[in-house]
Amino acid sequence: MMHRSEKAIPVLMILPSLAAIAIFVYGFISWTGYVSFTDWNTLVRSSHFVGFANYRFLFQDFRFQSDLRNTLAFTVLFIGLTMLCGLFLAKMVDSKIKGEAFFRNVFIFPMALSFIVTGVVWQWVLNPTTGVNLALKSLGISHPPKWYTSISIVPKLHLGAIDFGLPVAVIAVVLAAVWQMSGFAMAMYLAGLRSIPDDLREAARIDGAAEKQIFRKVILPQLKPISMSLIIILAHISLKIFDLIYAMTGPGAMFVTDVPGVYMFETTFRGNHYAQGSGIAMIMLLLVSLLIVPYLISSFRKERG
Amino acid sequence: MHRQTAPSYSLYLLLVVLAALFLVPVYIILVTSFKGASEVTLDRMWHLPASLDLSGYRAAYAKLLPNLRNSFWLAIPATALSALLGSMNGYVLSKWSFRGSNVMFALMLFGMFIPYQSVLIPLIQFMQQIKLYNSIPGLVLVHVVYGLPICTLMFRNFYVGIPTEMLEAARIDGAGFFGIFRRIMLPLSVSGFVVVCIWQFTSVWNEFLFAVTLTTQKQQPIMVALQNLSGSQIVQWNVQMAGALLAALPTLAVYVFLSRYFVRGLLAGSIKG
Repeated sequence: MMHRSEKAIPVLMILPSLAAIAIFVYGFISWTGYVSFTDWNTLVRSSHFVGFANYRFLFQDFRFQSDLRNTLAFTVLFIGLTMLCGLFLAKMVDSKIKGEAFFRNVFIFPMALSFIVTGVVWQWVLNPTTGVNLALKSLGISHPPKWYTSISIVPKLHLGAIDFGLPVAVIAVVLAAVWQMSGFAMAMYLAGLRSIPDDLREAARIDGAAEKQIFRKVILPQLKPISMSLIIILAHISLKIFDLIYAMTGPGAMFVTDVPGVYMFETTFRGNHYAQGSGIAMIMLLLVSLLIVPYLISSFRKERG
Repeated sequence: MHRQTAPSYSLYLLLVVLAALFLVPVYIILVTSFKGASEVTLDRMWHLPASLDLSGYRAAYAKLLPNLRNSFWLAIPATALSALLGSMNGYVLSKWSFRGSNVMFALMLFGMFIPYQSVLIPLIQFMQQIKLYNSIPGLVLVHVVYGLPICTLMFRNFYVGIPTEMLEAARIDGAGFFGIFRRIMLPLSVSGFVVVCIWQFTSVWNEFLFAVTLTTQKQQPIMVALQNLSGSQIVQWNVQMAGALLAALPTLAVYVFLSRYFVRGLLAGSIKG
């Protein structure tokens, strides 16, 4: 049995952390939300309430509409490619190869780098006049891709103020991001593959299943929880991505590689449009929350049940 | 019986090709960083340097040294404080849960996922108010606070695995809240500390958004200074690549020496606890 005084100590010990989170997370978010409803769009602070004016501006804004399109394109490509690469690499590394540790390390090391370093380096690797294109030209390809300097959007569907589709320039940024994160996906899948008991595979084999079928019908379903976690982690990285794009391409011509994170930074800290910046930040938070809140709730239910 | 037949040559070939592709950026960094300014031309980008020229490193080192120092002064205290607070929180939440502690934990975890843009404007005002704006201690505070969710989660997952019977036995022997923490939890969680410290050191070292908005000039950590190198008028690629390597060296070293823990840290950090 616990004494009354003993019961208070744990609460006291965790209280400072809880207070810090209450202020730095919830307090500050509320404050940002409040600012987004004001007209504080100059250096001089203003708390004049203007309702949804900043949000209305953003949703009609060419740049912000482009940002949402780019975020969608980036998120889909980044998650899809990272998971495919990760699964593929994990499957290969798991095949009882020699030098497993070496290959594993080569595929994971980009994870230790900063997005800034990745951005700086890939900016040169994919520079249209240098880098990969030099190699492609020496192979006889006379019109190599323009990478992040391309302004084409495919298919070009005019929607609102923007052309909707996949901005080709986004592919370059996705390549850098996939390079950085696919080792992480591989590590997760590797852990998953190794936790599947061999008996499961054996049983399927005895039933006469081919290796491909075993992979599709036995292994993939077992990896589903890991895939779910990966989608959550990668999506939340991609919805708030800032540093990689800031270091590698910036907004790009016609904002083909711009994202809300970059727009928020520039409009707030270069343009002093604090209310608009707050509006962008709140929309980013909303996007992430739509993904994270259901996930947190469901994982807590699972833990209790 | 083993689950697979011996791997084939084509598998090795594919692995080697993929590994080479993954290492292309590393090759580019290395060959460029060792070239002299006159040798860094577009058409010779893929060539090996004619001779080892260290001027890129010398220039990068001279420009980035103060910022490298800042980053160490930032990342080491921030890592240590995060780990200490995280272990205490994890201990309370796993072994001394109280009414409402689960809800609080969930509310805390949410802080791990928020885009930091959504707290940035008030954060800057707050830091100015408490006179920690544009200072390394200010950045330490920020990283400790926003590191609380992930560190708490990692320690909580780690402590859940320590059997409660051990704690009860210690209690019968007269150990209290702190006694149990010091004599049982801490000694048993050395590897937990290693994992959390690797994770936290890497994220603080690599972080950019807080660093670029909360510091200027002399107070900037290395990542901001590296980004500024590339923003300058004439891009000196050899200096920039040398700088990128210098900036990445500490986390790469952590990774090379502790990669096994690093992977474990990634898994522990991946909310599947």
